[in-house]
Amino acid sequence: MRTDVIRKSVAALRVEPNLKAGDMAGASFSWAGIRDELGVSPGSPMNIGQLAVDRHAHGDAGTRTAFRFLPVEGAPRDVSYAELARLSNRFANALRSLGVGRGERVFVLAGRIPELYVAVLGALKNGSVVSPLFSAFGPDPIATRIRIGECRVMVTTAGIFARKLAALRESLPSLQHVLVVPEPDGTPVPAGTLDLAELMAAASDEFTVVPTGPEDPALLHFTSGTTGTPKGALHVHEAALTHFATGRHALDLHADDIFWCTADPGWVTGMSYGILAPLLHGVTSIVDEADFDAERWYRILEAQRVSVWYTAPTAIRMLMKAGPELRRRFDFPQLRFVASVGEPLNPEAVWWGEEVLGLPIHDNWWQTETGGIMIANLAAFDIKPGSMGLPLPGVDALIVRHADDGQVEIVQQPDTVGELALRGRWPSLFRAYLGQDERYRKCFAGDLYLTGDLARRDADGHFWFVGRSDDVIKSSGHLIGPFEIESVLLEHPAVAEAGVIGKPDPTVGEVVKAFVSLKPGFEPDDALRRQLLGHARKRLGAAVAPKEIAFLPTLPRTRSGKIMRRLLKARELGLPEGDTSTLEAGA
Amino acid sequence: MSPQEIRAGVIDTLLGIAPEVEADQLIAGKALRSQVDLDSMDWLNFILGLHQRFHMDIPEADYAMLTTLDAVVAYLEARLD
Repeated sequence: MRTDVIRKSVAALRVEPNLKAGDMAGASFSWAGIRDELGVSPGSPMNIGQLAVDRHAHGDAGTRTAFRFLPVEGAPRDVSYAELARLSNRFANALRSLGVGRGERVFVLAGRIPELYVAVLGALKNGSVVSPLFSAFGPDPIATRIRIGECRVMVTTAGIFARKLAALRESLPSLQHVLVVPEPDGTPVPAGTLDLAELMAAASDEFTVVPTGPEDPALLHFTSGTTGTPKGALHVHEAALTHFATGRHALDLHADDIFWCTADPGWVTGMSYGILAPLLHGVTSIVDEADFDAERWYRILEAQRVSVWYTAPTAIRMLMKAGPELRRRFDFPQLRFVASVGEPLNPEAVWWGEEVLGLPIHDNWWQTETGGIMIANLAAFDIKPGSMGLPLPGVDALIVRHADDGQVEIVQQPDTVGELALRGRWPSLFRAYLGQDERYRKCFAGDLYLTGDLARRDADGHFWFVGRSDDVIKSSGHLIGPFEIESVLLEHPAVAEAGVIGKPDPTVGEVVKAFVSLKPGFEPDDALRRQLLGHARKRLGAAVAPKEIAFLPTLPRTRSGKIMRRLLKARELGLPEGDTSTLEAGA
Repeated sequence: MSPQEIRAGVIDTLLGIAPEVEADQLIAGKALRSQVDLDSMDWLNFILGLHQRFHMDIPEADYAMLTTLDAVVAYLEARLD
């Protein structure tokens, strides 16, 4: 029977949970305690790459599988902690041989292939700053991010280079070295690039990790806002403390777990939890190189004996669509904990977990800027389906209201909608938006980080997501900025105006829908619609480009000339249009 | 329906989702998703498009067979008989 709460019994859990009700008072938790556990003394150097890999590389721990890569076809490839240490040392030496040092930016742009994981960890050990780009980005988003991030080294594949980078190379002065994973058939790497396999073979597998400090930059993650260019959120080596603590508290990782995080390392979840958190715990991670396929995913859970699974609402909804019969063909008794992130998981999906999958799904909440999980439904705690859960130890979450005088007030009254804010400066909080100090400062009010997400807290302390306070689109768990898409559409000779919204979709949360008005002399027909779609996809890539394009005679604008995306959305949904007093007459 | 007509229908369905594709550049024996930039949603829309155009149900269990252009055409041809 479905109730408001899924009750948990600690005694019924298969392993002793890492976090129990008594631990939530917070008295036993400190970041200094976590740092001590990782073997870092106060004032000593701290390097995420070293903590994640080298710490487990010796003795028996070194023989443990760090990653099991499942290629699209063929046999899995296991990489032990000891081998990962040697490979990442080789990559670090390869960077050094190119004169790439501390603080310089190394970007990765590839699918979930072993070379990407080695490059990330080797670059961190070299003290370089790692920035992952999603491999489904088109040339425009890639070029914008390379420019903002002053990318010096790009690690990619021959295929991606040819399709997305080769034509841009001349226009990107910061980019000095492109390291290419060669094609398996032995085709030489493209002109102007370096063969990564050759560089690795020539490099030593011994390396002394660069003694970075806790506040030295380590990771650069791009995220999208409503206006302007993407924002490069900078994280420091100390973030490892959050990755480790949240792996323990929110994902309940234990030493013998087989962990599968399905997120792509082109996004923050795939970096923090697809690479770093499981390594910091010394567990084995499954990496599937293929795209989503319901049957394949169930087979992986079964064959790889996955015990902890961290996935996303879009994938869960696609498994729901595939039906319970498919689920029943597989048996995965080792699976004991399932978590989800990316967008709010609807109660129906949480219950599907309980009733069809066999385990309830634990939604959690965080952002690129927070660097790690902040609010979560937990293994040993009752679940309120639809809720984000409870703040983790070390996290102080509040609801705030913006007063008319610009001040921020803390809302004490339960069940009141306001902006979600987080107090303090935890290890994985972003330290800058690269080159955009003003935008960074706007995210804070005193010691509060303002998340831009609207939420409420109930009387039991559970948080509930309500919506975004801006026009950012969330599709398959990824934030997409409407401005980046509108700009590309406006570059097409037929387009006069463009407005982009997120249209609610039962599977992926929101799909990108573009409204355009045309310049005189262009006809709004299907041929032009296809032309615009092709233009946008070529420039932006499938992950960002619109899925739908609609023509309008004109777009609604405010008196100051801004396109009213909210009104476009309200019309799309058939909702009341709200306050239109600032609307331009006639729109 | 001839294999040529099926192939033309498959390509037109693909172009409805990814109009940037240059059909004559597609290698018919190579995985479609390694040649065309299709995310999960595009892929499902492609299969939905085939379902609508060819008036047949394509069960989820068969998706894994639909890898290359040749494989899609062969699958539809066998099912349309």
